[in-house]
Amino acid sequence: MAAVQTKPRRRPKLAVWKFSSCDGCQLSLLDCEDELLAVAEAVEIAYFLEATRAEIAGPYDVSLVEGSIGTLHDAERIKMIRKQSKVLITIGACATAGGIQALRNFRDVDGFIRAVYARPDFIDTLATSTAIQDHVKVDFELRGCPINKEQLLEVLNAFLNHRRPVVPPMSQCIECKMHGTVCVMVAHGTPCLGPVTQAGCGNLCPGHDRGCYGCFGPKETPNVAALTKQFAALGWTDAAIANALRSFNANAEPFRAEAQHRETPSQRVPS
Amino acid sequence: MDSNDNSNGTRHTVRRLDRNGLDALTAALQADGRMVIGPRVRDGAIVYDPLDGAGDLPWGLIDEQDGGRYRLVPGPDNAAFAHVVGPQSWKKYLYPARQTLWRGRRDGPRFSVEVPAEPTPRTAFIGVRACELAAMAVQDRVFGVRAHSGQSVGQQQYTDTGYAARRAAAFIVAVNCSRAGGTCFCASMGTGPKAESGYDIVLTELSDGGESVFVAEGGSEAGWALLDRLDAVPAGDGDIRAAERVVDATRAHMGRAMVPGVNRLLAENLEHPQWDAVASRCLSCANCTMVCPTCFCTTVEDTTDLTGEHVERWRRWDSCFTVDFSYIHGGSIRQGGASRYRQWMTHKLSHWHDQFGTSGCTGCGRCITWCPVGIDITEEARAIHDDCHRTDDAGTGRGG
Repeated sequence: MAAVQTKPRRRPKLAVWKFSSCDGCQLSLLDCEDELLAVAEAVEIAYFLEATRAEIAGPYDVSLVEGSIGTLHDAERIKMIRKQSKVLITIGACATAGGIQALRNFRDVDGFIRAVYARPDFIDTLATSTAIQDHVKVDFELRGCPINKEQLLEVLNAFLNHRRPVVPPMSQCIECKMHGTVCVMVAHGTPCLGPVTQAGCGNLCPGHDRGCYGCFGPKETPNVAALTKQFAALGWTDAAIANALRSFNANAEPFRAEAQHRETPSQRVPS
Repeated sequence: MDSNDNSNGTRHTVRRLDRNGLDALTAALQADGRMVIGPRVRDGAIVYDPLDGAGDLPWGLIDEQDGGRYRLVPGPDNAAFAHVVGPQSWKKYLYPARQTLWRGRRDGPRFSVEVPAEPTPRTAFIGVRACELAAMAVQDRVFGVRAHSGQSVGQQQYTDTGYAARRAAAFIVAVNCSRAGGTCFCASMGTGPKAESGYDIVLTELSDGGESVFVAEGGSEAGWALLDRLDAVPAGDGDIRAAERVVDATRAHMGRAMVPGVNRLLAENLEHPQWDAVASRCLSCANCTMVCPTCFCTTVEDTTDLTGEHVERWRRWDSCFTVDFSYIHGGSIRQGGASRYRQWMTHKLSHWHDQFGTSGCTGCGRCITWCPVGIDITEEARAIHDDCHRTDDAGTGRGG
């Protein structure tokens, strides 16, 4: 009985896919400078156009998917990728929530197209930008705009070693407190989305005296209405609150719902 | 521990330190090889960070505190300790947010495990308040450590050895509070504002508009010995009486008060509608548990490197407000905000007594101030208390 595996295992095939996005998240993989050689040794990079033109055919052991679904072509292509991938991990706010481009979900897309493009008939787009999980089964979602490279390595590590990734869905506040960061909301009166936002960025903004912008999307069981009530007490208007919730994770349901309430306060159920 | 009463036959003299004397105290602790840690201003709050000397203390500043609100403003005197407690507590040093429990390495067909053995830094905590001494005593019970003696720490069956070592390595300079904050309620919890035990030296700051002086008493042999080395003048009877008046005045000006009998009150009201009322406001963000000086809950996290040859197990602060915290086979048992808030508050104020023999709350008020939406543990208890008393009057009491 071989109790402990001692032979080197076959290198899993890794693919990195892009949809509607800025490429920043997949570049986080290249940004793992100190660990990049170890990554390249641990996996066979089979498809990663930002890094190499070489393309190795599927199926793939792990697919990292960046970007949102914004066109019919995207919607078909992600199904093909899902079929070729044993494990499919989405990376970044575009892939997990539709990204900043999901702002169009709340407005008239045809109006935008007519206003912006000289030849609107060249534009073929869906009316919405949506998360990958709205289209295919996703095995793990890694949040962030952009993702944190340490968390990316942790997720790759976890899947390569058949364990659960340590990416807790807790609040940003826990991360701030563990770092000893002074709360900008309590000590300075700065509205901060940290109490409803998932930790993971390394408390970048509160650590630099700014409120959290919610780049990592809603935490588990967020109470967005209770937080925005406090924002209003700190002097923010409904419009300012709706704007704060409508950024990279605008289409994440808890943020979307509260922004919509704030935009149309008359529909708000009195609490 | 009660060596300041001179009952053991040694003669000790209460001293009077001026600002230079306070500097000499920190210098003596540094000369003793200790990292001196105390209150200082950072990012608009008073935090516990290393100090170079007494000059780093937040002279002249006080902290205005209310539910969800904290502001540093100039105080009436140029005092070093006119502030109360800030967002951090000494658990930052005694029970760090992240600790490596062990590291493992694949070793051919076997594996080896190594427990990191970093030396425990010798520290001196300056400005420890009565509620914080009470919090240390609470955590001592939790971690199986005998009360602080200033010299050694005994071990019990399930002692957390890392905590015990850090606790033993800390020299404690307490400060009697000369001012109560807006969210302070130590008087109603019986934990302050006077430091009664658990310190090596206790200071009371006298600052009647002019330069502060500090009445300094020992609380341990080590504390008295250090004071004797400082070459400070003895405190006069007037100083000692003034110090008592300072603490009495603080006791009379508490910002908040906990309702009496809260232990039984909560135990008898586990289904009270107030839990749902607070859940509608609660963010489940866990700030209250992070800033609480007695909250000790952690989780363990395992990490691997890409090769799978090296593993580490970490312990980090966790909170009963996370869903994962109550995850058992099949799911989390505290899905809703009401059950999580109730777990925290009833543990802190009620079944902590059953578990550890004391309350888990020391009345420091941090959970009130640092709640982003200002939920007030004393108000939540009072709401249940008042409701029960109203219904008691009507003859349909829920108990409590």
